[in-house]
Amino acid sequence: MVEIIQTDRAAPPASWPMYRALVGIGMLCGLLIVSVYVLTGPVIARNEARALEAAVFRVLPGATSSHTFALTEDGRFRSAEEGTPTDSEAEAGTPTYSGMEAGTNTGTPIDSGDPELEKQAGTPTDRVVHAGYDDNGSLVGVAIQAQGMGYQDVIRVLYGYDPARDAIIGMQVLASKETPGLGDKIEKDPAFLANFDALDVSLAPDGQSLQHPIEAVKGGEKSQPWQIDGITGATISSKAIAGTLRQSSAQWVPLIHRQRAIFTDREVSNDGQ
Amino acid sequence: MTDSDLSARTPTTDEFIKGLWRENPVFVQVLGMCPVLAVSNSAINALAMGLATTFVIVLSNTLVSTLRHFIPKQVRIATFILIIATFVTVVDYLIQAISLDIHRALGAFISLIVVNCLILGRAEAFASRNGLGRSILDGLGMGVGFTFALLCLGGVREILGNGTLFGAAVFPDGFQPWIVMILPSGGFFTLALWLLLFNWLRSRQAERQTTLAEAAP
Repeated sequence: MVEIIQTDRAAPPASWPMYRALVGIGMLCGLLIVSVYVLTGPVIARNEARALEAAVFRVLPGATSSHTFALTEDGRFRSAEEGTPTDSEAEAGTPTYSGMEAGTNTGTPIDSGDPELEKQAGTPTDRVVHAGYDDNGSLVGVAIQAQGMGYQDVIRVLYGYDPARDAIIGMQVLASKETPGLGDKIEKDPAFLANFDALDVSLAPDGQSLQHPIEAVKGGEKSQPWQIDGITGATISSKAIAGTLRQSSAQWVPLIHRQRAIFTDREVSNDGQ
Repeated sequence: MTDSDLSARTPTTDEFIKGLWRENPVFVQVLGMCPVLAVSNSAINALAMGLATTFVIVLSNTLVSTLRHFIPKQVRIATFILIIATFVTVVDYLIQAISLDIHRALGAFISLIVVNCLILGRAEAFASRNGLGRSILDGLGMGVGFTFALLCLGGVREILGNGTLFGAAVFPDGFQPWIVMILPSGGFFTLALWLLLFNWLRSRQAERQTTLAEAAP
């Protein structure tokens, strides 16, 4: 593979053609990349928004419309529809970002009796949740994003919590890099996903923590409504999902349950904006 | 591997056909093994990767062939890589715009099309010294041949490793998938078997041709 181009030009060319070729082609390529980026950017953003909305509807079966709420610093939820950034959104990225905590901790299972976690559960976190409503406008549930460390990389999930039933009613993996054929079953294995049709997250009598933290058990050994049947061959990924949900639900479920009126009376909170 | 004496020829379907079988990039040239082994764990991934690679190879062959008199040979590798990287970035955005799911499934391997030696190989060995029409046909043939080979691997691996093909079940419920086929090692096993089959077919064909030539002098 030598002497491929123009073997007739044996004399070493001046440097000008080389500059011309590199700079010219560089400009052409730059122009091409930037134009494609500009053209596809809005489409990609729309795809991402649509994917999130579709995921919200999937984890909240029966929901036909959604409304975004943000958690403010005082630990209360406020309506946060597009174009109205709230104080809490401006604070995104502070160390209390709950996803980061989940990301660093889920490798080691943490009992929700852990005092540190209970403290976190009471701490307001600056995140948004998406409430879903059915055709009659009544609340189906609240979709919450969470993330935790999986086998390969961080797994991001979205799960639906129904305050009326005290249960998680759906879960979808938004992004994961788990082993194809093994770990990635957490995304599509119907038996595994059935765990999240009605996963018990009822609160302890004090209303501050979960009565039974979510836990993963070996495949087929689920005996309690708060247990998740793991996938054989994807034990670490199943446990990672359980750990992520355990951490996230310990934080969010008491908060949302306490303020469930804000979500059910959407019109009121809208007028208040 | 290339035949410079052909450069005077006009575009023929042979430029296209040779990539499919006689010079198949995977089974004969054994080029671009990284995506072949990594992304052939399911038929749909194989198809998407094959189409993305075909897109990049056709466009890079087009541009390299168009600019072949403009590029001094001292800087040809740098410009070829620049051109290939550009089209890979373009295809990356296009796939994101078409389907986020496919983009997620292919993961890091879209960006790695840049270093697929098949594409640089075609730019260097063919497009940089052949006309536009033949270069496009060559890229198309190589791309389709690459897609075909990826599908051969992806199909076998998905059927044995997951019991499905393009997501549809092909075995009755009792089938226990051979998970190893989906794992990286399964890629090597499957590739070895396909190479075995192809080499056997080719040697048999060559034998038949010699006997024919001897029989009819």
